[in-house]
Amino acid sequence: MSLTKRRFDALIIGAGGAGLNAATQLANADARVAVVSKVFPTRSHTVAAQGGVNAALANVLPDNWHWHMFDTVKGSDYLGDQDAIEFMCREAIPTVYQLEHNGVPFSRLDNGKIYQRAFGGQSQNFGGAQAARTCAAADRTGHAILHALYQQNVRARTHFFDEYFAIDLIRDDEGAILGALVLEIETGEPLLIEAKATLLATGGCGQVFRTTSNAHINTGDGMAMALRAGVPLMDMEFFQFHPTGIAGKGMLITEGVRGEGGYLINKDGERFMERYAPNAKDLASRDVVSRAIVTEVKEGRGVGPNGDHVLLKVDHLGEDIISKRLPGIRESSKIFAGVDPVVEPIPVFPTAHYVMGGIPTDRYGRVVTPIQNGPEEVVPGLYAAGECACVSVHGANRLGGNSLLDILVFGRAAGQDIIKYLKENPNHRPMNETGVEQAMSRLTRWEQKGEGLSVREVRDEFRKAMEDHAGVFRTDEIMSEGVEKVKEIRKKLADVRLTDHSDVFNTARVEALELENMVDIGMSIVLSALERKESRGAHSRPDYTERDDTNWLKHSLYFQEGDKIDFKPVHTKPLTVETFPPKARVY
Amino acid sequence: MKFIVFRFNPDTDTTPRMQEYDIEVTRGMMLRDALMEVKRQDESFSFRHSCGEGVCGSDGVNANGTNVLGCITQVADLKEPITIRPLPGRPVVRDLVVDMSQFYQQYRAVKPYLIRKDPLPEQEILQSPEDRDKLDGLYECIMCGCCSTACPSFWWNPDKFHGPQALLQSWRFLADSRDQATEERLDALEGPYKLFRCHTIMNCVEVCPKHLNPTKAIGHIKELMLKHAI
Repeated sequence: MSLTKRRFDALIIGAGGAGLNAATQLANADARVAVVSKVFPTRSHTVAAQGGVNAALANVLPDNWHWHMFDTVKGSDYLGDQDAIEFMCREAIPTVYQLEHNGVPFSRLDNGKIYQRAFGGQSQNFGGAQAARTCAAADRTGHAILHALYQQNVRARTHFFDEYFAIDLIRDDEGAILGALVLEIETGEPLLIEAKATLLATGGCGQVFRTTSNAHINTGDGMAMALRAGVPLMDMEFFQFHPTGIAGKGMLITEGVRGEGGYLINKDGERFMERYAPNAKDLASRDVVSRAIVTEVKEGRGVGPNGDHVLLKVDHLGEDIISKRLPGIRESSKIFAGVDPVVEPIPVFPTAHYVMGGIPTDRYGRVVTPIQNGPEEVVPGLYAAGECACVSVHGANRLGGNSLLDILVFGRAAGQDIIKYLKENPNHRPMNETGVEQAMSRLTRWEQKGEGLSVREVRDEFRKAMEDHAGVFRTDEIMSEGVEKVKEIRKKLADVRLTDHSDVFNTARVEALELENMVDIGMSIVLSALERKESRGAHSRPDYTERDDTNWLKHSLYFQEGDKIDFKPVHTKPLTVETFPPKARVY
Repeated sequence: MKFIVFRFNPDTDTTPRMQEYDIEVTRGMMLRDALMEVKRQDESFSFRHSCGEGVCGSDGVNANGTNVLGCITQVADLKEPITIRPLPGRPVVRDLVVDMSQFYQQYRAVKPYLIRKDPLPEQEILQSPEDRDKLDGLYECIMCGCCSTACPSFWWNPDKFHGPQALLQSWRFLADSRDQATEERLDALEGPYKLFRCHTIMNCVEVCPKHLNPTKAIGHIKELMLKHAI
């Protein structure tokens, strides 16, 4: 069978906020750009972001980018790279204006400016009073942004490959990335897309956990592709559990609910966050609030017949505010929890939400890895942006409202740098046929017939293992067991067989490929977590309760080959301002 | 509970068939959960779904004759046996997966993006809260296709009639105080088909899972056209 080939200047894998913002840059610069997405672009998970995007516009309260930077560094528990954070917080302001010019229907203040709400971890004047920095379109900000970005690409006539699943990157002997092998889901036909530059913008991997706010599609495909191409994953032990998922289900209830004045109570009706974070209370960082909720439940102050959740009280805000500012949340609460927040509190519990770690990049979106000389050499032709990447601006804990910001700023930065790269590298490199064959074998492996395990049973076992062994609190014992389980599951993958071998829209095959990706990523999470012997941000160890800046103020790197862990230093030096040195992190 | 599900795989079937599945229904179970159970029983069954919370718009299907979004439709609200078919009027790719390309083409045809002719300010373009309120009930569209595939006018002329989804989007930009392309948007809607094939049957309003009202939006466009014609 001859393999169909297409050639573009740039290939973008993933059509969420990062991919689409990069695509607009490239399309507007007249580069030939192909966007590959396994779902129609507006189905990408950016669509589900609720609360908003941070930028120090100072529309509601005094603000500036430097305060935003401080909050982000502190929120990251000092693991974030301060040069990248400075860049992001400065860029936030023009980025939000650009979005507004692109048509995003932001909520408005009486003076016609963009509405901004309070979110967790935000302060004025380097740790002072609460700030209001999150620009919002009601509680549907991600939806509004994703649709506007897709619309900009419709306008720019970007070339979309909708419902194509990326199989693997193709790399030559010098380590340069030449494009990717993809699968057209509708026909089952493979397609080779050659590109001078490839951007991974495939989003997160929350599906590795059983209870998650993440969509079915969030299986970390791009991260796993990077791993298989020899690129390490950075800081994968840092996984954010969002404090307020709908109890037992996992759907997200935005932090904006607490930003608008909602608060958490336990079974005694006590506003318990006052004990854990006397100043910020319910608007402390997400890691802090999630741990508080889990502790309340563990100590017997949970609500419900099984005492397994807490309540988010909103009714005191009144129907007007709730309908105006939180209409989506009211709808979701009614549908999934059977409660109308106007009269009843919402049952909530932490839910797996966001991976701070990912493919290591610099602030231009270029993928960097230790090759020979130093820990951060550029992989030629490979970029990553958005949740699949780790710049690192979130460090050990991401602040609410910084995720939309990250994807937009670094999606754009990557697009801009690719334009530059294309000028310097005007020709396609020769294709590596052995690499193509290797990628094809990943696909043909699923043609094997006969008796075997099902994707479903292995997936269930895997997601349960991750939930049990890589959750909010992690001890050596729990995690060592987790590593063994995931290793066992990884072995089992060889025995999995499909029963459906048909070509047309075979979702069983897609799910099998996704399972392989998830297990590769799961391994990076449990091994990195076991290695880090301290508590920092979202990584919380009852056996090492303190943050240890002497030994652990460093990024971890997981390499798939030999399941090896390495480290690299944190960039503590910002671009133009003074370093924020590590301090005790209290809210 | 008994589910009767439309099945068709062009690789193996010459004609579509209806297949029965027995699904154990749990409290609060959504139709999408039930379809995922079907998939667990039978991995050859294909349907689109993703976010599970009614925002990505992937899992529009026809349940007992009505277009619904699977992930926010309670199984308990459906009458047994539950018959599940693909969205009507679109070519079937496989099982519940339909070809939505004409639907997307109609969306692209209305220039669904903000058109601004004045130079852009350094900051945001100002918009009063009252003007912003005019976009409520319009921008929330998730493009699930439930409305357009429930519309008889779209069934007959999917190549010529924009359909309720695209027209709702057309109004979303006409109604935006920041947009400066009213004339050309209205001109582009002239003719007997693009807009005027809407016969206010209002199936779109009945089925919209986000409770939006395309018929009303179409009415606003017609009013505006009239105003501009005078």
